[in-house]
Amino acid sequence: MATAQLTKSASPAQERQARSDLISGLSMGSPAFLLLLIFLIGPFFAGFWFSFTNQRLISANPTEFVGARNYLRLVRLGVLPLEPLVDESTGQLQRDENGKLIYPRSREFTRDEVKYPQYAGLTEWFTLDQGTTRYIILAADPIFMRSLVNNFFFAIVVIPLQTGIGLLLALVVTQKLRGENFFRTMYFAPVVTSMVVVATVWRYLYDVNNGLVNEMVRVASFGLIPPVNWLGDPGFAMWAIIIMSVWQGAGFQMMLFVAGLQQIPEERYEAASIDGANALQKFLYITIPGLRNVMVFNFIIITIAAFQLFDQVLVMTNGGPDNATSTVVFHMFKNGFREQDIAYASTIAIVFFLIILFINYLQRRVTKTGETV
Amino acid sequence: MTTIQPTMSPASKETRKVITTAVKYIPLLFLLFFFTFPLLFMIASSFKGSNQQIFADLRSFRAFLPVGDVSLDNFKFVFENSNFPRYLLNSVIISAITILLSIIINSLAAYALSRLKWPGQKLILAIIIATLIIPGQATLMPLLLLVANLPSISFAEGLTITKGWLDTYHVMIVPFVASAFSIFLFYQFFLELPKDLDEAAMVDGATRLQIFYKIIVPISGPVFATVAILTFIASWNTFLWPIMTIQSDELRPVMVGLQFFFQQNVQWGQVMAYSTLITIPVLLFFFIFQNAFVKSIATTGIKG
Repeated sequence: MATAQLTKSASPAQERQARSDLISGLSMGSPAFLLLLIFLIGPFFAGFWFSFTNQRLISANPTEFVGARNYLRLVRLGVLPLEPLVDESTGQLQRDENGKLIYPRSREFTRDEVKYPQYAGLTEWFTLDQGTTRYIILAADPIFMRSLVNNFFFAIVVIPLQTGIGLLLALVVTQKLRGENFFRTMYFAPVVTSMVVVATVWRYLYDVNNGLVNEMVRVASFGLIPPVNWLGDPGFAMWAIIIMSVWQGAGFQMMLFVAGLQQIPEERYEAASIDGANALQKFLYITIPGLRNVMVFNFIIITIAAFQLFDQVLVMTNGGPDNATSTVVFHMFKNGFREQDIAYASTIAIVFFLIILFINYLQRRVTKTGETV
Repeated sequence: MTTIQPTMSPASKETRKVITTAVKYIPLLFLLFFFTFPLLFMIASSFKGSNQQIFADLRSFRAFLPVGDVSLDNFKFVFENSNFPRYLLNSVIISAITILLSIIINSLAAYALSRLKWPGQKLILAIIIATLIIPGQATLMPLLLLVANLPSISFAEGLTITKGWLDTYHVMIVPFVASAFSIFLFYQFFLELPKDLDEAAMVDGATRLQIFYKIIVPISGPVFATVAILTFIASWNTFLWPIMTIQSDELRPVMVGLQFFFQQNVQWGQVMAYSTLITIPVLLFFFIFQNAFVKSIATTGIKG
């Protein structure tokens, strides 16, 4: 009460203090505030603007407003139903030498702007067969769609894998055994190793003919599994990146789980022991519920990291083979830097930002605890 | 609970205890192998002269041991036949300057936001916290366009002003000095310090800046260490940004240098030697300051 009255009728000394605080506050803070404004907040809003223009990195022509063209180029989809070709003389469906039905090529529709304006600018993404009808799913940018799917696939596989291994590591290093600290340190070592170094070394480990991974698979399977072309086969390349990423990141999850395990009161386990609970029951009914918040936190961190996937891709596969490992950030890099199309890359960045925003929103909905950020 | 079989002798009880303990170590050791084998392979191979030897060793544990025809030739090659020393120097310069500037300006800003009262302070704080949600990669493209058009001042031949920051040291430093996350870490720490500290010093006539570096800084060691470690990791590992902004070989940092080195069809052992050289210092540093490292990296979790 007394202090409130004092501030209300500010004395000249206090006013002087307030003024000097404003001056010191601004002079101490302005270097950081200005740099953040120039190099973070400015570019962020500029990105929004660029996504509605035809801005290029270097261009002789002035930048123009183009409306939602970049967004349409990014996310527009279409479906093209195709009927198999019919042999006009017999009225039978035409078949190739393997007995497969022959369909007209999708290009005949997508490249014919006059007759089929609705398919203009789209290219084939994938196909679905239903009876004899073939549906061609068209996308304005099939590589972006592919990249988005790759990111989701990566997230869906890595979330349970990395959380599970992280939890396993946390459990084995909290058994109160001698030397646990050493093991913790070693499991964490990949986290502090640079991703570029890790990816470079694993590129050699994944070598088809002289790779350690194939060699270990051969020994473990008694020679039954033939060598795999990990980085050259579209079916394996993403898995190769997943395994390496989990190897690199699991130690981080371990540390969070170790901290979480230490928060669970010892008495709960003692009480359960008195009630005759076995180790599995204690794990399921005490450990897992006790780790709920850490678990959600881990999910979010891994999901956000999954959508930021880039370094590994550039070092190990360059997005290939056949765009099998392309990601949203990689696609942005390719368009913005290699093609110098800042406008389109900014559009990808906005979509990327919205995905991250949505994940953060989900986190808040699920945890609703004190985390300020 | 005590249902020990009467037939069991004390000696066999002892043996059983040893065996159960040993069994508990099996998963630990298996996981130890899984999490260290790539790094062991990297280090061991860096000492091996020829690809043939590395390939021959793959079939046994020799792959993880520096045995056979070992030498320091690969390291010599990296130092003498590549631009590695220059890359290393670049990374050290970039990291050192970034860390220094970063801890100074971010801590000052956090001090102004946490312990002073001035109009607009709450708004600026709210803006800074809101920017934490922006992932760095989301602003890279407009940032690239921005730095390509910023004026560069050089005093090489009198005063010359050229357009563009591309291909300079400062393009790898200045945009990353101010960090909303670092400010946030400092802010949280400073907020916890007792208010009397400042007030007592004010009575003695100290200015805000004096209070900051004479009273606040000396008792804030842990948060300065955290920000320094995180800034170091980020600038040492910087990769995508220099790929976009640096063209000349003399300015490349180590990670971009590694990428170029390994594209030159060099021997496996030479790439492993390069990788070992840029990894071992960081790992040693981590082993020595483990707790500080783990604590710092754990804080990055709260960032989106």
